[in-house]
Amino acid sequence: MVSSLRPPKQYQSEIFQIRKGAPEVMVPDTWQKTNNVLCALRLYARPKVYCTIETMPISSSILVEPESITEILNGVPLGIILLDRSLCVLRMNRFFEALTGYSEEDSLGIPGNFIVRSDLHSKGQIFRQILESGESRVQEGTIINCHRKKLPILFTISPLHDSQGQIAGLIIVLEDLSSLQRAERNAGGADGMGKILGHSPKMQEVFELIPVLARTDASLLITGETGTGKDMIAEVIHQTSKRARQPFIKINCGALPEALLESELFGHVRGAFTGAVTDKPGMFRLAQDGTIFLTEIGDLPLSLQVKLLTVLDDREFYPVGGSKKVKVNVRVIAATHRSLREQVRERLFREDLFYRLNVLRIHLPPLREREGDIRLLLDYFLRDFVSQLGSHIKGFSKSCLELLLAYGFSGNVRELRNIVEYAVNICPGEQITPEHLPKYLFAPESHQKSVVPGQPASVLSREEQPHQTTNKTETHSSGNWNETEREMILDAMKKTGGNRTKAAELLGWGRTTLWRKLKAL
Amino acid sequence: MKILITISGDNVAPRFDMVSELLIASYNPQGLTGKPRTILMAGPSPEELCSLILKEDINIVICGGIEERHYKYLAWKKVEVFDSVIGPFNEVLDLAMKNKLRAGTILLSARNVRNN
Repeated sequence: MVSSLRPPKQYQSEIFQIRKGAPEVMVPDTWQKTNNVLCALRLYARPKVYCTIETMPISSSILVEPESITEILNGVPLGIILLDRSLCVLRMNRFFEALTGYSEEDSLGIPGNFIVRSDLHSKGQIFRQILESGESRVQEGTIINCHRKKLPILFTISPLHDSQGQIAGLIIVLEDLSSLQRAERNAGGADGMGKILGHSPKMQEVFELIPVLARTDASLLITGETGTGKDMIAEVIHQTSKRARQPFIKINCGALPEALLESELFGHVRGAFTGAVTDKPGMFRLAQDGTIFLTEIGDLPLSLQVKLLTVLDDREFYPVGGSKKVKVNVRVIAATHRSLREQVRERLFREDLFYRLNVLRIHLPPLREREGDIRLLLDYFLRDFVSQLGSHIKGFSKSCLELLLAYGFSGNVRELRNIVEYAVNICPGEQITPEHLPKYLFAPESHQKSVVPGQPASVLSREEQPHQTTNKTETHSSGNWNETEREMILDAMKKTGGNRTKAAELLGWGRTTLWRKLKAL
Repeated sequence: MKILITISGDNVAPRFDMVSELLIASYNPQGLTGKPRTILMAGPSPEELCSLILKEDINIVICGGIEERHYKYLAWKKVEVFDSVIGPFNEVLDLAMKNKLRAGTILLSARNVRNN
């Protein structure tokens, strides 16, 4: 059985075919054969440059060969969903699954607009219009995925034809514009890489390392205090790697209970446990050919550490309740604010996994060690919030700058950003003065910068450095810091009447960070 | 208890921020206490919708896709949110009243139906 795709007029002389059992699409050299599958399907999906499936109806030709079409769709690094004539889901590729969080199995037969969840229309009107008019459309919009994330998307919606030339359904191609929009926002911005800013020598070292780390597929461990930008670095490394067009999946190992985390990471088969009514692919499978980012790896339960080690070693695993091994090709990037060496010593973290993850390591310096970057970041965030909120603020007063430059920023860049956001919201005039800053900045002396610029204040960072010995002074400073942190937390909790959300805001930390630190008290 | 469902036609609306039609129902363990009300908003506005939810003292919100910030805001205000729900709103309401609804529920009756 051969199904041929006929290109539009300008490509009439160039015909390519999909053979049964041979998912490779043969494309003439002029069609950029280097990425032929992508090229073919892109042309297929583009408006005014679409092809018709010639030999038989869509429902009986390509779609009766589900393996082939799945492989073809999965070969395209864009989200693709096929809808039938009644606009219900027929098929989707794994990029679509990764973008939206819906699996094909869950979505089959559901009206497409409930799965795509775009802002292009209400009640699927745009899909129906295209179905009726037969004209393709390219439009920018957004989707809200199952992880409650709003993503900017370029939609390409084209009709699918059957052998009689009748419209048999729709193909919708989703291109995630998040990274493009971020790049545009950052174009012409301050020194740095992508959205990460900094011109301090320590950050320059980090920036120099990023292209090196992006070139390889080896496991990477990112260490650094909370708020130093570990997540951003992981994303930048992914975006600059050869896996950039493949999924980047982030999972917080500390956010979910053990049983749930195993299912989230490795997936499960139907009936594996109560409530497992359908198969679930799991994050590792969704990240196929891309990168999986395991943040808070230090919180990963021991039992799952063994399974993760197996994946890293063998690149295969059993889903929960499954008897069939699944092979994956995924780059693993892990991050933690904890000292993994310390955890290994305390038998909370497996030594073999530590060394397996620690093939490459990058340490992000705390803000207090980044000379000159505080001013750069203050100006950047001020500009950012002023434009977002349409404010008329022109800058910081001299006394305000002095105060901020002398502050310790235990919550690092996240805290600095929150302080600026607070000030921009509070300040009614054109200049931010100390009275527009959060009150906790003036309270206890322990919050103020107590270290000489350039001198490390974080023991965690030093412990993580190879060949670094811990001396008595450092141990002492660690004790002080823990004590200081404890006081800060208690103080914030008192001020907010025990409200953790507000306390976290006041401290410039995330809620989970505060929760974790409270647990450790 | 008061439930608010964001609706589109006969179904739960796909997106919280794009909705302009709402259904509000009050119930007790014996069942509905009165006829559910339908409200038409002037236009889609998630912020106005959030303030309406608080003004109406809603306990449970049932919707499709919702942004994290709106979800967190409602959770912070002690409103329980069941999001990513797909299906006809009357069946969804029935499940919610029986305490059988979960976030991410896709009802079988949502499948293979025309969405206009």
